[in-house]
Amino acid sequence: MTFPPLIQELRRALGGENVISAPSELAVYDCDAFTARRRRPEAVVFPRSGRDVAETVRIALRHGVSIVPRGAGTSLAGGCLPGECSLLMMLSRMNRILEINLRDRTAVVEPGVLNLQLTTALGREKAGCHFAPDPSSQGASTIGGNVATNAGGPHTLKYGVTVNHVLGVEAVLGDGRIVQFGPVEDPAAFDLSGLMIGSEGTLGIVTKVWVRLTPDPQDHRAFRAIFDSLEDASNTVTQIIAAGIVPAALELMDQGILGAVEAAFAFGFPADAGAVLVIEIDGLTVGLDPQEEQIVALCKKNHAREVLQASTERERELLWKCRKSAVGATGRLSPSYILEDGVVPRTQLPRILGRIAEIGRKHQIRIVNVAHAGDGNVHPILLYDERDPEEFQRAMAAGREVLDECLACGGSITAEHGVGVQKLEFMPRQFTPADLAALRHVKTAFDPAGVLNPGKLIPS
Amino acid sequence: MTIESRNNVETNRPGSAENGWPAFARVGPGNPAAGISYELFLRCVHCGLCTSSCPTFTELGDENDGPRGRIQLMRMVADGRAELTERMRDHLELCLDCRACVTACPSGVEYGRLIEPFRLAVKQADTRLEERYDWFREIVLLRLFPYADRLRLVLLPVRIMQRLGLFDVAECLGLFKLIPGRLGRMVPLLPPPVRGGPRLPKFLPAVGRKRARVAFFTGCVADAMFRQTHWATVRVLQQNGCDVFVPPEQCCCGAIHYHAGDGRGARKMADQNLVAFELDRYDAIIVNHGGCGAMMKEYGLHWQDGLQPHRAKFAEKVKDVHEFLDELGFVPPGGRIEATVTYHDSCHLAHAQGVADAPRRMIAKIPGLEIRDLPESGICCGSAGTYNLFEAEMADRLADRKLQNILSTGAEIVLAANAGCLLQILAEVRKQKASVRVMHTMDLLDLSYRNVSL
Ligand code: SF4
Ligand code: SF4
Repeated sequence: MTFPPLIQELRRALGGENVISAPSELAVYDCDAFTARRRRPEAVVFPRSGRDVAETVRIALRHGVSIVPRGAGTSLAGGCLPGECSLLMMLSRMNRILEINLRDRTAVVEPGVLNLQLTTALGREKAGCHFAPDPSSQGASTIGGNVATNAGGPHTLKYGVTVNHVLGVEAVLGDGRIVQFGPVEDPAAFDLSGLMIGSEGTLGIVTKVWVRLTPDPQDHRAFRAIFDSLEDASNTVTQIIAAGIVPAALELMDQGILGAVEAAFAFGFPADAGAVLVIEIDGLTVGLDPQEEQIVALCKKNHAREVLQASTERERELLWKCRKSAVGATGRLSPSYILEDGVVPRTQLPRILGRIAEIGRKHQIRIVNVAHAGDGNVHPILLYDERDPEEFQRAMAAGREVLDECLACGGSITAEHGVGVQKLEFMPRQFTPADLAALRHVKTAFDPAGVLNPGKLIPS
Repeated sequence: MTIESRNNVETNRPGSAENGWPAFARVGPGNPAAGISYELFLRCVHCGLCTSSCPTFTELGDENDGPRGRIQLMRMVADGRAELTERMRDHLELCLDCRACVTACPSGVEYGRLIEPFRLAVKQADTRLEERYDWFREIVLLRLFPYADRLRLVLLPVRIMQRLGLFDVAECLGLFKLIPGRLGRMVPLLPPPVRGGPRLPKFLPAVGRKRARVAFFTGCVADAMFRQTHWATVRVLQQNGCDVFVPPEQCCCGAIHYHAGDGRGARKMADQNLVAFELDRYDAIIVNHGGCGAMMKEYGLHWQDGLQPHRAKFAEKVKDVHEFLDELGFVPPGGRIEATVTYHDSCHLAHAQGVADAPRRMIAKIPGLEIRDLPESGICCGSAGTYNLFEAEMADRLADRKLQNILSTGAEIVLAANAGCLLQILAEVRKQKASVRVMHTMDLLDLSYRNVSL
């Protein structure tokens, strides 16, 4: 079999088993979890090391193709959508935990290591610490992907997002050079490691990550508060935050999503609940009682039907599973969905949720909601049937309007999923021309030829 | 851009004119997806939350070898958007049908109802299969395995060799390597000889207060190789107040035929079992190996003909022994067993039947026993029915992965509740000369009831 020159070179450099180029095998790489747009890559490469990555970048430069990095492909914003003439770089075979250092509470991992893989490994060593970012997709998503999107998760509220837990990265830049930023902080230099995090693979391809490990809290308690109306639930969130309480997590699910979650996990949420808040508090055991009291009182004040504590660790795990798998469970409601990722100031939460419902009615699109409510991060899920192009257009229009509304509330178009291709059109709305020009300058400095994930994050 | 690209179009963008999306569900006759309800495909929202649970994806890191990718491959064929190529077929064949993805999928995708009929249709349409007489499939798989008596007879010389110690000599000399192909792969899978005991009688009465009336399913390979486990299982049932009936006319569940692409042969066996078990007489039909149980619980799904309602009724009565005893209220055994154990989830028990907690709850009741969690417990050991004989490389990788995980627990005994897993793990233990005992959960429970030490 003869291959085109590009493929031949890749096969020589990486080994034939690490390159896919048969059209019938490329099809499954035409999109990630954002399925509204698809395109097949020219080839898929599976580097095994940073040197493989660098070599691939040099080959791509010579052949004028771009590179789209991909971990688990769970991006909800199309961050891994292949571009025009692009190679897809699967980092799944760079999945080793290179080091766990319990004394310094750090770990060094390759980008393809699963978020949960690290947590499990730490659990097995009874390390007493964990990697704090816990995106809902943590069972499947990779740390490389978490770094690329600066992922958050329910516990972001107290512990911060990925950038707060990464000490340094090794990356391959757009000219094929391997650089290392961190892990030792050098106050005299730029925070380049910070710059790489959340850059969605547009500045460099991360090949190694030094992460910070967070001590496990001494104690934790998880609650579910059942409300008759979404409004009561969102008011509660606003008041908890206003009272100066910082729960470890403060999550919201509305009635629509609860139906799907109940079908999936049979947790036992009442079928007629208007909304549920999942609240977790953690810290020193002695400090938990007063927090609990305050929170329960606020829930009750806002007409919570009941506030129940997860009585066993298993129940707590199931509660979290319900919340974290909620988005995936929407397959039970409709064949396709668009998941938006907007942020509003927390005081605006009741307003935005109200507006989302209105927008759904206006476009005749069913919208169900999950939210990292404590962060003001809403995730309306717009349901449609992909076989109906007209309905798809309405869903897209409704999605745009939701983001418009987030901006109008003084919020932002993305919290944690990244811009990808989904939010590209909104960048000029959120940023001024001068802001965008600065972004482009940065991009050019790292990737002069524009070989790294072009067409994402920064509008051209 | 300097290269000629054939892929350089954005495809399937809903709502755009050139899109190709009207190509939905073009399943006509001759399409391997013809017998699959299209709704089953639509359940998958492409979220990717299942990929990390998939053994083949975990080993290879290629979406083509993961559940989401495989669903997409099948769906493209269903839509008429792609011809099934040899490579696509390979990826689908490499699937263990272990259903770990089903456990992981929050959307409730019934993956087994996609891959099984699809592969069956592909195999049935494969004219080469008919042209090229496959002696292994015809004789060993379809005519030998599913019949416990025939299998025992064929194994007799091997058993005698094992008793005389000649088996190990032959193994040391590498003589088995001379046996070609899949037959050669079967030799090391043979478990060391144990006294299986006589055939089960037709009836075994409950001990103590009578609480249920059950029929026991004996199966094929399980009866030929693990009859001692059958005895252990019925004793445990008796101890729990069950009258146990063993209908003699029953036969293999049909899974081997079904997965080898012989749907008709499988149906015949299913229907023989329909006759053998008089449903109204029993509270449940008890199965002690996950693979058989999973197949029989799906009797109602596989064939749409006049008997379908009857098969569906039958399927409802089928219970895994752990599941049944857990529901009935398990009478804890009394004998102390001072040992450390770990429990391996058989795929067809944990993922296909959703029975994972019950066995753990039961062994936790054995006095003196220390239970250690098995990392990656739900990742297939590579046995997967007859997969081991066809996809040797992947099966070996998974067997090694499983054993390393088992050894990492430091447990003296690993428990599993499926014949395939027991054979596979035993073989790997022997191959790597590891020192860990492999037992069925029922064997251990039985020891505790009888107050016999290990
Ligand atoms: S099978 Fe389920 S978990 Fe996997 S991609 Fe489809 S919907 Fe998601
Ligand atoms: S059945 Fe098992 S091997 Fe097949 S796709 Fe699902 S998880 Fe992977």
